[in-house]
Amino acid sequence: MAQKGIREFDAKRMMSIALPFYSNGKIKFEAKQVLIDAKTDLKKLETENPWLKDEQLVAKPDQLFGKRGLNNLLYVNKSWVEVQNWINERMNKTVEITQTTGKTKGELTNFLVEKFVPHEEEYYIAITTHRDNDTIHFSTKGGVNIEEVWDSVVTLDIPLFKEIDELDFATFLPEELNEKKEIIAEFIKALYKMVVEYHFVYLELNPFTFVDGYPVALDAVAKVDDYASFQCAEMWNNLKFPNPFGLEKTPEEEKVDELDERTGASLKLTVLNPEGRIWNLVAGGGASVIYADTVVDLGFTNELANYGEYSGNPSTELTYGYTKTVLDLMTRKKDSQGRPKFLLIGGGIANFTDIAKTFTGIIQAVEEYVDKLKETNVEIYVRRGGPNYREGLKNIKDMGKRLGIPTEVYGPETHMTKIVSMALDKKGGK
Amino acid sequence: MKNYELFDKNTRAFIYGQQQKAAQRMLDFDYLCQRETPSVAGFITPTGAGYYKLFWGTKEISIPRYLTVEDGIKDNPDADVMVNFASERSCAESTMEALDTQNIRTIIMIAEGVPQRDVRKIAKLAKERGKWIIGPATVGGIKPGCFKIGNAAGPVDNIKDTKLYRPGSVGFVSVSGGLSNEGYNIVARNTDGIYEGYAVGGDVYPATTLIDHLLRYELNPNIKMMVSLGEVGGKDEYQIVQAIKDKKITKPLVMWVTGTCAEMLPGGVQFGHAGAKADSKDDTAKAKNAALREAGVIVPNSFEDYGEKIKMTFEKLKAEGKIEEIEEPTPPNIPMDYAQAVAEGLVRKSTNFISTITDETGEIHDYCGVPIDQVIKEKYGIGGVLGLLWFKKDLPQYARDFIELVIQIVADHGPAVSGAHNTIVTARAGKGLIESIISGIVTIGPRFGGAVNGAAKHFSWGLENGLEARDFITEMKKKNVRVQGIGHRIHSIDNPDERCEVMMNFAKEHFPDHSLLDYALKVQDVTTMKKNTLILNVDGCIGVLFVDMLKSLKYSDKEIKEMIDMGFFNAFFIIGRTMGFMGHYFDQKRLKTPLYRHPWDDILYDVPDKPEKV
Repeated sequence: MAQKGIREFDAKRMMSIALPFYSNGKIKFEAKQVLIDAKTDLKKLETENPWLKDEQLVAKPDQLFGKRGLNNLLYVNKSWVEVQNWINERMNKTVEITQTTGKTKGELTNFLVEKFVPHEEEYYIAITTHRDNDTIHFSTKGGVNIEEVWDSVVTLDIPLFKEIDELDFATFLPEELNEKKEIIAEFIKALYKMVVEYHFVYLELNPFTFVDGYPVALDAVAKVDDYASFQCAEMWNNLKFPNPFGLEKTPEEEKVDELDERTGASLKLTVLNPEGRIWNLVAGGGASVIYADTVVDLGFTNELANYGEYSGNPSTELTYGYTKTVLDLMTRKKDSQGRPKFLLIGGGIANFTDIAKTFTGIIQAVEEYVDKLKETNVEIYVRRGGPNYREGLKNIKDMGKRLGIPTEVYGPETHMTKIVSMALDKKGGK
Repeated sequence: MKNYELFDKNTRAFIYGQQQKAAQRMLDFDYLCQRETPSVAGFITPTGAGYYKLFWGTKEISIPRYLTVEDGIKDNPDADVMVNFASERSCAESTMEALDTQNIRTIIMIAEGVPQRDVRKIAKLAKERGKWIIGPATVGGIKPGCFKIGNAAGPVDNIKDTKLYRPGSVGFVSVSGGLSNEGYNIVARNTDGIYEGYAVGGDVYPATTLIDHLLRYELNPNIKMMVSLGEVGGKDEYQIVQAIKDKKITKPLVMWVTGTCAEMLPGGVQFGHAGAKADSKDDTAKAKNAALREAGVIVPNSFEDYGEKIKMTFEKLKAEGKIEEIEEPTPPNIPMDYAQAVAEGLVRKSTNFISTITDETGEIHDYCGVPIDQVIKEKYGIGGVLGLLWFKKDLPQYARDFIELVIQIVADHGPAVSGAHNTIVTARAGKGLIESIISGIVTIGPRFGGAVNGAAKHFSWGLENGLEARDFITEMKKKNVRVQGIGHRIHSIDNPDERCEVMMNFAKEHFPDHSLLDYALKVQDVTTMKKNTLILNVDGCIGVLFVDMLKSLKYSDKEIKEMIDMGFFNAFFIIGRTMGFMGHYFDQKRLKTPLYRHPWDDILYDVPDKPEKV
């Protein structure tokens, strides 16, 4: 949602088209690169990109994480044969990487292979976006952890509605650049225009250098505003958003994404711990966070099985599909100690979501899973308000009785998250 | 109206988009508040101008639709709000349009998914021009007694339960639209109610943020305390901390930032709101709650005791004498919508119409209980569909085939017959398809095409009454009725009509019962003895065979008679022949034939010298 990281490969692909365009041909930017996953036909790739066999190459994972050198995942100045072997040894292997934010475990699935560029100068550039302005950060000391040389970074704010061509780059860029100043200014202007027109929200090249007088990015980190996809579809050209490293989507999460894309309503699901006993089926982007907060607050972080939400008045059919996905996940295994599992059908007081209608979808799914729910010892707690909530609550209460599943039902008179402690206090037992 | 107020009880708004339901909720709120005028001045609907009908209490009123904001303003110069329901694709553009007008001061952007750069520009322009934006990605908000934005605050009973029809003393603002209503509920249960409440929206850059509204509340003497609900992600809450340090906020503020669980979860989890993601330590809910608490904000321990903290703060103000008792108005009753009453089982009404052949109210339309996709999958064909719609029966294959056979055989009989002739003449008079084929169809009846029904009737009568063929003819002669379905211009017993042969052979091979055909052929034996062209003709054949088909399908004689009387048998002729009429119509149009005028030499003029005097 909104700000999404994209692959280095895609960032460079877009730059190779956008930079010559926005600089009126003054900036040439070549992207000699290929992206390889487990399904890539390497022979075909080789035929389509004959330079792979002729050039010395660089290979690295392209999965939205940095510090690849530190993590021994950077393979530099090698032949195509060597690169293939190196990738084969690592493809689909789980590794733990260390970043400034901590350690993350994940599967290596995508590798970028590009032409190796011998170079000396390493520059740093980043373009960040903020409420009232965008900011350009530049340094002649690229290629390192930039925080360590932050004193060398110069910044330039570009207020909204200001044209980049009106800004004074001569004073902004450091004197030491000498004759390079002009081309770097052109490069930055073209980059900035791309950031604006392609709706990037973040772009960092650390480092970039020059070959034959033209800039070459040795690394690229970028995020785009995916809300702009309707404007940028052509420019982005079939851009796919990879999941953050270590958070590959399960088939169930992908199914919910599909449901989500089919409609104006919103459906989200992240499985946190499939063995967890507390499953949230919560309406609303805001309320769902509070339910998760409450579970964590009460000391049951390890038992929290999922984060998810549905909102925007989804149809009965969509709610049914979404609920089924959650129920399927939660009833796959019994708790190892035979304790009950909890389904929290929560939510605030809706503005316009029809409670009776969405609950009809939930009830249909519960009916379908009734045997499995009983087998896995599931108890249901409900709290909801909004249009037609009386009818919705009554229906779900009747459902519990009819199917013989313990179901407690509350309306707006009960505090929104009360059902969390009700479920956990009573039988949770740490 | 003061600068710090967005709405008063005379505020009128435009609704951008075809949102009658949201507008109705606004009008219901107005009526509950006993406003004098509806708060919806008009709709901006670029697809068409005109009116929408809405309820004002029990009465219906019309609200105008305009093509552009400019048009709306011309008629309603006092309206200064636009509730923008445009989709995320066009929301920015239409908001800009409203922002560029003199009149519109406040715009609410409902859509979720408006590109950030567009919103940032809108927010900046609005601030420069002293205007207010709420949203995007919000449900809006409410000012009790004055104005309600679109769908905010839910249904009428919720507005009543939380007393949102009259102002209280609390200014509320949240990030989340979904939670705003929950917030009103919590405030209502723990204080004297909401003075105003808004949701700024869960985007990364909401056009106005929590602090913008809190600063307004600070200036408003009617607001005694403030309640807010923030969210993990972004740094907007620190502006509140700063404002308190700068003494720009001095009123008691109860606030909670949600998303405290985020640090316990894997780093990449994106919550439901676009803005709800911490990029640095300062963005976390814990850090923000701590900073707010340190600045003097009343921060609960968790969402659980949010209500208690609100109550304590309110009670303290009350004890200090800072809050006056509210004289409770009695809001008028809003009649329940009929659809709602039906859903709740409170009313019933008898219907004026009944349909027993189709139902279009389900997800997929059905023909007599068979969904259309199944009709196609199971290859019902035209015959099968007519079976469902006309007979209300799932016909066996031979009956479906026979119906299709008949339709094909009767499809056209040349341009000279009265129906085709009329169609051609009408088409040549420059009329359209419908008029032309209608003029053809109206000629179908007892003389043209109607022999199908007649033949069925006559032969059935003979057979039912056990009359031998010869006696049948005699009886008909006595009654002075010409037997229908007998006789042809060219074809004779020696030169049979191939069309009849095809139908008769089909029936003999497939129909379990063809007794009426056998009977009709016996009659034909008698009539052809007199003249060899007095054969069972196409119309007769069809009529007789339809009776046999129905008998094969176990229809009783009485039922068959009813169907004949209904004109059922002619229907096959009409449907088939209409295809031919249309062919003639298209033919004439393609040929661009001119107006037809009948030649004089084909008319006998025999007009008397003068009329007879009477």
